[in-house]
Formats: sequence, structure tokens, C-alpha cells
Amino acid sequence: MIKQSRRNRLRPLDGLRKERTGIPGFDEITRGGLPSGRASLVCGSAGAGKTLFAMEFLVRGATLYNEPGVFMSFEESSEELATNVASLGFDLNQLIDDKKLVLDYVFIERSEIEETGEYDLEGLFLRLGHAIDSIGAKRVVLDTLEALFSALPNEAIIRAELRRLFRWLKEKGVTALITSERGEGRLTRYGLEEYVADCVILLDNRVQNQISTRRMRIVKYRGTSHGTNEYPFLIDEKGFSVLPITSLGLSHKAPTEHVSTGITRLDNMLDGKGLYRGSSILVSGTAGTGKSTIGAHFVDAACRRGERALFFAFEESQDQIIRNMRSIGIDLEKYVKKGLLRFHNARPSSWGLEVHLAMIHKTISEFKPSVVVIDPITNFLAVGDRTETKAMLTRLIDFLKSREITAMFTSLTSGGHDLEDSEVDVSSLMDTWLLVKNIETNGERNRGLYILKARGIAHSNQVREFLLTANGIQLVDAYIGAEGVLMGSARSSQIAREKAADIDRKFTLERKQRELRRKQELYEAQLIALKGQYETERDAILRELEEEKQRQHDAAEQRLAIARLRRADNGEVQFKGNGARKSRKGAVAR
Amino acid sequence: MKTPAKKSRRSTNGLSSQVDGDGAQWNLRLYVAGQTPRSLTAFKNLKEICEEYLKGQYHIEVVDLMENPTLARGDQILAIPTLVRKLPQPIRKIIGDLSNTERVLVGLDIQPRSN
Repeated sequence: MIKQSRRNRLRPLDGLRKERTGIPGFDEITRGGLPSGRASLVCGSAGAGKTLFAMEFLVRGATLYNEPGVFMSFEESSEELATNVASLGFDLNQLIDDKKLVLDYVFIERSEIEETGEYDLEGLFLRLGHAIDSIGAKRVVLDTLEALFSALPNEAIIRAELRRLFRWLKEKGVTALITSERGEGRLTRYGLEEYVADCVILLDNRVQNQISTRRMRIVKYRGTSHGTNEYPFLIDEKGFSVLPITSLGLSHKAPTEHVSTGITRLDNMLDGKGLYRGSSILVSGTAGTGKSTIGAHFVDAACRRGERALFFAFEESQDQIIRNMRSIGIDLEKYVKKGLLRFHNARPSSWGLEVHLAMIHKTISEFKPSVVVIDPITNFLAVGDRTETKAMLTRLIDFLKSREITAMFTSLTSGGHDLEDSEVDVSSLMDTWLLVKNIETNGERNRGLYILKARGIAHSNQVREFLLTANGIQLVDAYIGAEGVLMGSARSSQIAREKAADIDRKFTLERKQRELRRKQELYEAQLIALKGQYETERDAILRELEEEKQRQHDAAEQRLAIARLRRADNGEVQFKGNGARKSRKGAVAR
Repeated sequence: MKTPAKKSRRSTNGLSSQVDGDGAQWNLRLYVAGQTPRSLTAFKNLKEICEEYLKGQYHIEVVDLMENPTLARGDQILAIPTLVRKLPQPIRKIIGDLSNTERVLVGLDIQPRSN
């Protein structure tokens, strides 16, 4: 299914029929391969990989597309060729036995030859024709035709015969690939590009800062569009691979699924969900802040979910990382054994940037991880300059995104700089940026972590202190208060101080409450006492009033009694004595 | 050693191989591709040279690669016509229609190189 879709994608837009080379990457940049039924030229200086490219074209053709091929060599004997490419896993002898390949070694010893008049190269044509017919070859390689120029004295004849050869090859309908040594100031030493006009490929092996990088360029491809950049390529134990990593754009999908960072509290800081799948995360910080450890957590979490993870380590060996991570309770070895985790360790200075990119590209294509850690990207600066490194990382990120691989990059920031000034200027390429910093106070260093940005994620803006414990990374709330941000022992002591103050306040509160209760009791008691006093006073007054009343009554009685005794007729007294009642009665009577 | 019957198997009309003398210290093989005028010229020139300088001690075998293309591999033939001196050793190759007699003689080591 994948093959099908790939094939569709590579169908040329133009009418030109193309022959797939089967060389990874090459068919992509040429949008289908070499022009079918025509001759192509591959040129380059010595050791550029021309012969290998040509040989792989035949071997892949024979093994993948069932198209037999003829390899006519002017430089190396059949045995030498077979031995040379055996290291790439090509079994030429088997292919020869299966009638999928013919090796013909054309050896011309100049000193043996005397030229005595007119001749042509019909012998070569017949040999080639016979070889093609014997296995029904569809592909032909001539490596290196230029040997003719040194072997035969008459250049005019050679040129005429070459022109005839290319016409003849076209008539034969075979797809031919001719190799040629690069000449000074021109593509080939003898101007072979004049004869092969359809497709010219240039291989190059440049050394810069003592690091060599192989590159390929399609100089010309008549009648079709093609990638025009220089593409890095690799020659390794699996053969040739071209890495068309420059041509990716910003058209990748954006998954909404989340993946954990492996640190629960960090996930919490990222809206409780973690990172978006397929996003890129930059972890930057100074030396010893635990960047690699965050990477290890990330990888550990992926493996725990049963996903594949790739760890590109440019500073430490696999064993060293496994040992170090074990000390904080992360067992990476078991995932390596399970085949879920793969390490790719290399010194940055081993290759050029392009080759690094190519290696990363290739390893990812083979292993198909869902999570990748690159630790650290800053080391690439040892190989290339900032612009190159950024360009390389852009391509890498594009590639990773196109594959929906979540990638974590660590970046070492040198001390003294503003930490947010990321060394490689790649922060703009990253979706999430975690900053880990050493905060030095009170004679100790503490690690602080915060999220500088997280595209599309509502993230915490707080600084967390992070601790490396036997159980991995633990994030702790840093103390943020009137005293500023405190960490480490300052944080603990501040917390202790606060605790003490808390207790103090609690005591005060209790004391006040007690006081209040006491006061209430006091007032209540006073209230009772006052009430008692009042009642007493009230009683006394009431008694007094009662007594006075009684006394007045008694006095009136007494007067009456006296009057009665005196038999006084004076009504006044009587009148007086009976008070208002009587006067009122009198008034009414009147 | 070489019989006329064997020779004729590899020869084509008009290009007949020939042995002269029983020693045949000179064993020559002429590669051609069909009966082209150039091939015929080469054979004619070769015969003349042999008759003149190697009379009675040469043997010519004509190989037509049109008929036996596989034979081109053995002697590493590219150019047509090519004359191969199989004997005496070492092997020498002379390409072209052999019209330059001087150079043929030098090529066959019959005559030392002039300079």
C-alpha cells in the first residue's frame, strides 16, 4: 500500500518515461528516476561514488524491478567489482548466475596496441550488444567510457564512435548510465556531456574543516522538472542513499493528540495533557541542568506506551546514558533489549552537518520511531556555523513533522549569556520551549524549570524547581512570595519560617479567642450582678413607695379617726380626708 | 597443428585463412565484423605483408565477431579490425585496416621501432 502511494506520488508530471533507480531518495529528486531508454551521465571526481551509484542502479533494477542489466567496466575487473560491492550487501555473482546481470570487463593496454589505419569500435558494440541480448538487459552501465581516450590514440575516431554508440543505445531502448571523471572547469574531462544530453548528475565530495561531505546535484534533466539543490548522500553498508530533505515545506498536518513528557508535573504545567504529537520541543539550559535527563524521561514515557523511540546522543555513549539514567531510577536498558529504544551515538565532528542530517534521516526512516531526542543540537555548531546549523535543523524539523514524530532537542546555553538567547536561533522553529536554569543563591545551585512557550497549549507561567531524585525528576513549586523566588534550602527555610509564622499566628488567634470568651464571661457576670443590684434597688424603691402610700393612708385614717373622735362638723376635714372622690362627687352634685 | 578444416569454420567468404609452412611460428588472428570493405582491406593488407615478410611461417585465423560475438571478450577486442599476434609471445594488438605497412611490421615486431 505504501509502495502504491509512493509510486503514485512519483509519477512524473510530464510525459517523459522514467526508470526507477531504486536508490533511496534519488527517485524523489528526479521525480521518477533516470530517463527511460536514454543515456544519462554521472560525473564526479575520483572517489565520488560514480561506480557505486551505477552499480546500485543495476543491482536495484535487477532485484527490485526485475530489469536485468549489463555493467561494462573499463577500470575494474569483474572480480574486483564483485568484491568491492559485496561490502554493500550486493551479491553480484548470484545475480550473474540468475542471468540478471552481466559484468564485462573491457581492458585495453595502450602499450600493446599499434594503430595502423582506419578502424571503428564495432567490437565494443558487438560485445555490448551481445551482453544485452544474452539476458534481455534493460539497463546498461558504461564505467568509465573515458578510458577509451587513453587507450586508443585516435580521438576523432573515438568521438565519432561515441556519438554512434549513444544513438545505438537509444535504438536498443536500454536505459544507460555512463560514468565520467570530472574535468577541470567542466563536467567531464573529455566533454562527454556533449553526447549525453538528457540527464547529467554530478557527484561531489567536498572537504570543509577537515570533514568531507558527499553531495549530489542534477545538473540537467531535459524535459522534466527536478530538484535543483545539492543533496547530501551517504554511502554506507546498505549502499547509496540520497537525502532530499531540503524540499519539504510547511504543509505538514497538525495532530491534536497529546503525548506525555514523562514528567507528570510537567504535563500538568502543559495544560495537564503534555505535548502535541508531532511537535518539536526545545529544552535549553546551561551545563548540568538536567536536559538529557528530561530527554530520558521523554523516551522512557514513549517506550512505556509501547512506542518506538530514538535517542541521538552526540555527547555520551549508550552505556553511559543507560548507567546515568539508572541512577535516577530510569531503566532504559530494558527498552533497548525489547527493541523499542535505539541509541545513535556519534561525535559531531565525525561528519559534516549534511551527513549528520542524512544519518538522522536514514536512521529514522529505518527505525520509524514516534519519538526522537537529539541531545544536544548545540554540538552541531562545532561542525557548521549558525546559519548552516539552523538550515539543517529546519530541514530536520520539517522532516520530523512530516512524519508526525515528536522530537525533543536539547540545547546547551553557555553561561554568561541571556539564557533565553538560544545558541542556535532555533527557538522560532520550536513549538514548545522549556528552559532549565541553574539558579545560584546563598551558595548553592538549584535547578529551575519554566515553559517559555508552548504553541497551542495553555501552559503554566510559573517557575518550578526541579529535583533529580532516585525516582527521576520531581518538580516542586518554587517559593514565590514577597521575598522573591526562592529555591533549594532557601526555599525550605523560607517554608519553615512560614510554618513557624503560621503556628505563631494560630496561637495568637487561639489566645484572642480565649480572651474573647473570657470577656464575654466577664461581661455576662457583670450583667448578672448589675441586674441583681437593679432588682435590689428597684425593690427598695417600690417598698419605700408602698410604705409611703401606706403611711399616707394611715395618716388619713388617723385624721378621720381623730375627727370622728372630736365629732367635728367641719366637712372640710371629711372632705379632705376622702380625697378627690368625694370632691368629684360633690362637683357632680352641684 | 591447425588444419584447414578448422580454419574454414571461423572464416567467411572472401576472407580465407591460410597457413604456409608447417612451423607456423607466427600465429595471427584477425578480428572482423562482417564483410565490410575495411575488413576486406585489412585482410588483403595482412596477407600481402605476411607473404612478403613471413612466407611459410605464418598462420592467419579470421574471426568474425558478427557470428561469434562472445569471442570479443577473450582477446579484449574493441576496435575493428584488430589483428592479434598470438604467437610468438607476447601478445600484440594492431588495430586498423593495416594500410600502414611500416607500423604493422613494427607492431608485429618484424621490424624494430625506428625511433
